[in-house]
Amino acid sequence: MFTPCSAAETLDREFLTFRAKLVDLAATLDRIDRGEGTPTADPRYKLLRQGLELLAAQEGDRASRMQMLFSLPYDPRWRTDTST
Amino acid sequence: MNFIDPHIHIASRTTDDLAVMARMGCVLVAEPAFWMGYDRSGTNSFHDYFRQLTEWEPRRCANYGIHHCVWMGINAKEAEDVGFAREVIAELPQFLDRPDVLGVGEIGLHKCTKNEVATLEALIDLALSSNEQMLFHTPHLEDKYKGTRMILDLLANEPRVDPARVCIDHCEEHTIRLALEAGCWAGITLYPTTKATPERTADMVELYGSERLLVNSSADWGPSNPLAVPDFMFTMRKRGHGPAAIRQTVYDNPLRFMRASRNFRFTPPDGSSA
Ligand SMILES: [Zn+2]
Repeated sequence: MFTPCSAAETLDREFLTFRAKLVDLAATLDRIDRGEGTPTADPRYKLLRQGLELLAAQEGDRASRMQMLFSLPYDPRWRTDTST
Repeated sequence: MNFIDPHIHIASRTTDDLAVMARMGCVLVAEPAFWMGYDRSGTNSFHDYFRQLTEWEPRRCANYGIHHCVWMGINAKEAEDVGFAREVIAELPQFLDRPDVLGVGEIGLHKCTKNEVATLEALIDLALSSNEQMLFHTPHLEDKYKGTRMILDLLANEPRVDPARVCIDHCEEHTIRLALEAGCWAGITLYPTTKATPERTADMVELYGSERLLVNSSADWGPSNPLAVPDFMFTMRKRGHGPAAIRQTVYDNPLRFMRASRNFRFTPPDGSSA
């Protein structure tokens, strides 16, 4: 029978991986900054910054919300919309 | 523990892959027809590819004790030319009655265009008129949510569809609930940079239960891992899931889904009837 880990156990298991991913993200941002030009107007750069804010938010369901941040909108009337 | 990879492109993999998959416990694979990385120049190329999938790849797998099944279809990447796609679709019925053909797949959407939808409707109609199961490819990245919703809309509008005989594949955190709520099977694909990781797949098992989940590698000609399913099994074990729960996701579930296909001929190594 599956008993989910406690929050402390999960934190324990994930801490070093999480830390490594954060350092990697920080270094990637530095690398972008060091390059010539400013990507701030690039919509992808804006999306990444929004993604970072989403990470820091307190609400749950972050993975699904992060996915939605990077998703095109869906129009339930797509069948009648000739632009699709 | 034995496992099944219900979505892998064996035609793109080497015998080294088959050997190591077999050693890790793979006993059964399902290979959906898909895009080869370049557009085919004519219907004959598709015909030969369909023969490769139904005649040659099963033999290659059999050499390693792996039973090979196949899904027949035309991928959304080659669905944009509706006239050409219809010629390919006309080739499909002659293959659907072959042994171990599980149904029509992987079909679906890529950029969600009108032409892709027209081809997809023709494929769904073919599947329903011959009572085939269906395997759906959902789009990549930013197109996934929209494309998944559109596929589910098409299915909901078709009264002949039995969602229990449909798998919506490449589900992620934002689409898995949609597939399950529609009554379909939800496939999760483990890929190195896009799609899901073993950890996130285990999260989805814990959040949604494994009742109608299938886990696959979709290993193909691009960066992908034919041992992704065993990687997921190992992650599940690390997180405290017992053998029965792991077996349900990587063996019992795919077997249950495939058994609903009329041409499925697999006899499990443990002797239980297929
Ligand atoms: Zn595939």
